Amino acid sequence: MTAVPRDGTPPAPLQPTDSAAARGFSARLDAVSVVRGGRAILDGATTQLTGRGVTALIGPNGSGKTTLLKLLNGLVAPDAGRVVWFGPDGETSPLGVRQAMLLQQPALLRRTAAANLVFAAKRAGVPRSDRRSLAARWLDKAGLSALAESPARRLSGGEQRRLALARALILAPQALILDEPGAGLDPAATRALEALIADAAASGVKVVFSTHDVGQVRRLADEALFLNAGRLEAAGLARDLLDDPPVVSLAAFLKGDLLC
Amino acid sequence: MILQDWDGAFAMTPFRDAFGEAVRLLATGDEKLYEIVALSLQVSLSAVVIAALIGLPLAALIAIARFPGRGAVIAVMNALLGLPPVVVGLVVYLTLSRAGPLGDLGLLFTPTAMVVAQSILVTPIVAAIAHRTLEDFHAEYAEEFACFRMSRLEIAWTLLVEARLSLATALAAGFGRAVAEVGAVMIVGGNIDGVTRVMTTAIALETSKGDLALALGLGVVLLGIALTINAVAFALRGLAARHAGEVGSEARPVRAGRVR
Amino acid sequence: MLTLVFASLSRRAALAAAGAALAAGLALGGPAAHAGERFITVASTTSTANSGLFDHLLPKFEAKTGVEVRVVAVGTGQAIRLARNGDADVLFVHHKPSEEAFVADGFGVERFDVMYNDFVLVGPKHDPAGVAGTDGVDAALRAIATAQAPFASRGDDSGTHKREVSLWKAAGVETDGAWRRETGSGMGATLNTAVGMGAYAMTDRATWLAFENKGDYRIVSEGDAKLFNQYGVIAVSKETFGHVKQDLAQQFVDWLISPEGQKLIAGYKRGGEQLFFPNAGGQS
Repeated sequence: MTAVPRDGTPPAPLQPTDSAAARGFSARLDAVSVVRGGRAILDGATTQLTGRGVTALIGPNGSGKTTLLKLLNGLVAPDAGRVVWFGPDGETSPLGVRQAMLLQQPALLRRTAAANLVFAAKRAGVPRSDRRSLAARWLDKAGLSALAESPARRLSGGEQRRLALARALILAPQALILDEPGAGLDPAATRALEALIADAAASGVKVVFSTHDVGQVRRLADEALFLNAGRLEAAGLARDLLDDPPVVSLAAFLKGDLLC
Repeated sequence: MILQDWDGAFAMTPFRDAFGEAVRLLATGDEKLYEIVALSLQVSLSAVVIAALIGLPLAALIAIARFPGRGAVIAVMNALLGLPPVVVGLVVYLTLSRAGPLGDLGLLFTPTAMVVAQSILVTPIVAAIAHRTLEDFHAEYAEEFACFRMSRLEIAWTLLVEARLSLATALAAGFGRAVAEVGAVMIVGGNIDGVTRVMTTAIALETSKGDLALALGLGVVLLGIALTINAVAFALRGLAARHAGEVGSEARPVRAGRVR
Repeated sequence: MLTLVFASLSRRAALAAAGAALAAGLALGGPAAHAGERFITVASTTSTANSGLFDHLLPKFEAKTGVEVRVVAVGTGQAIRLARNGDADVLFVHHKPSEEAFVADGFGVERFDVMYNDFVLVGPKHDPAGVAGTDGVDAALRAIATAQAPFASRGDDSGTHKREVSLWKAAGVETDGAWRRETGSGMGATLNTAVGMGAYAMTDRATWLAFENKGDYRIVSEGDAKLFNQYGVIAVSKETFGHVKQDLAQQFVDWLISPEGQKLIAGYKRGGEQLFFPNAGGQS
């Protein structure tokens, strides 16, 4: 698991270890670039996610975090390079993995909280007769049972985010991608959300999330990637990266972040 | 002199008498009036249902799909908004006339012909308004639906359901146009007493007989019907809006604003 | 209905089915359904329909024969076009040359005189062109032209319009001036316009008597033989259009020119005045 500097030649792609494959799904980026309007949003990113639990993606605004997450999910196709997922059955494309994604600004349906989950259950192929009970179970897990029949778009920011996460998890994903799941939430809401994410990771779901919250990285992540101006500048165990930044840019980023 | 004539002959008496006529028409339970009102509703509501069955899927298609000729479809659709009812009536007449291509159906001067003409008139309105709405909704939900790996068909249906409140407005606008137009139904219906006479053609007839008070009275009744239908639609829409968590009756897409 | 279709999220299939059924029911049900095939379509003029004559005649015919008569009332020119397209079973109008051409061209079985009335010139009470004092329609029209008084013309190729044009020609008057305005609409609408702008107008007497928005208008010229207005009736021939109900149509025509029909026409009055004068069988 190494990050490759932009100017270095990409190393031979790493193969997942047997133990990683056995644990679940993971992904690899081979010299991936995404260009929009003549500007490289991602510039030759190469890395290997481990199969281990939770990967955090950190970096300043505009560094390409959202784009990288969308690449992993398959929402965005690379202009160069490729994104490969691999699991027990070998390599596949992003669309070959059962994924769920929590967007930075989730768009909830104009229905009740429960109906939003029933909708997701239907997408997941759950038989009609089981959808309501499954929705009720997830509302309970998300601490939203009392709001089941409330219009989803009338919920508070934290409640909406939890509902959106429940909606993602009801798909029974093999991989869960979260774009700044904690942004704008108060500590209690953050804690509730992180509990759901940790549960998912513990049950074997591969989790990748972006964040500006270093505390959140420490609490949730096993490994971390540092993106800066479209370049993947550091990768490693989360604790190592935070405690002993291998590159100056990360140190500066962490310093600025901590100063806030 | 002219003003004097206008005042004396045209304005004062009919205006004063019109409401009296309207009340008298309704109070006496004039069977002929109810027949005419019933036919108006039957024809125009049928036209709106057909316009919805054609216009809404079309609007959804051009809102979510990109295909060659899409721009042309939108341009034609918007151009058809300004189509004079008389032109539609003429085209339908020439088509349904015994001398026309569909003459053998024998539909000229029947309510069915009127439904056909009004459907042609109303479909572009329903489609154009629905298209604008659905495009906004699609912009809001496109990524979310992509995360759910939904097919085009599922996206189209879900957008139609999500936008149902705004689409009801599109249908109400279509109904307003249909029930108020006289040019098309006059030509293809023939204003036959007891067969194809509707509110607007009856008003035109009474105007040409110089019975302006009765004509205006019928106009007042027509206005009352339109108001009632809109009021009912508005009230139900309000109920549904609260159910869906919209702010008031505002049904434009709103981002989950409190999150960020 | 709108919200019926859209308010509920569940039970989609049921709703869709209901919507389709509603559409089908709305489109096909209603007045058209109970009429059956025993009806004929009569293309006629606004003057006969607006005067109330058909309301007076048709119930009697329908009661006697069980044949429903559907009247499409338009200008004579448009009525003839409808019939030439095969969209009517009977033509009942008032422009003899066009009617004879219609039969000669093979569209009609035979033309019959039914009734007549006459045209009149109407104008405001103060009569700015002094038409009321003139003798005969030629002089009346010349008085209007000389005074450049506003005149509202149908301008719609109807029987009345055709007659008006020929009367101007016969009177030797140039009608290019701005004082003669073509409304391009029916008799009633033209009268409304005339009354609104203080213009003279020519109308058939039946429409005038039944017209409710006269204001201070009155007849300023009448009685000239040139103002005679003959109505004719023709069953459309099924030789040209196979679907035409020629037998039922002829039944209606025969009834109109029968003593019974003629008596009913003579008996129709508005405000105590007889509107149409039956003259079937005779040349008047």
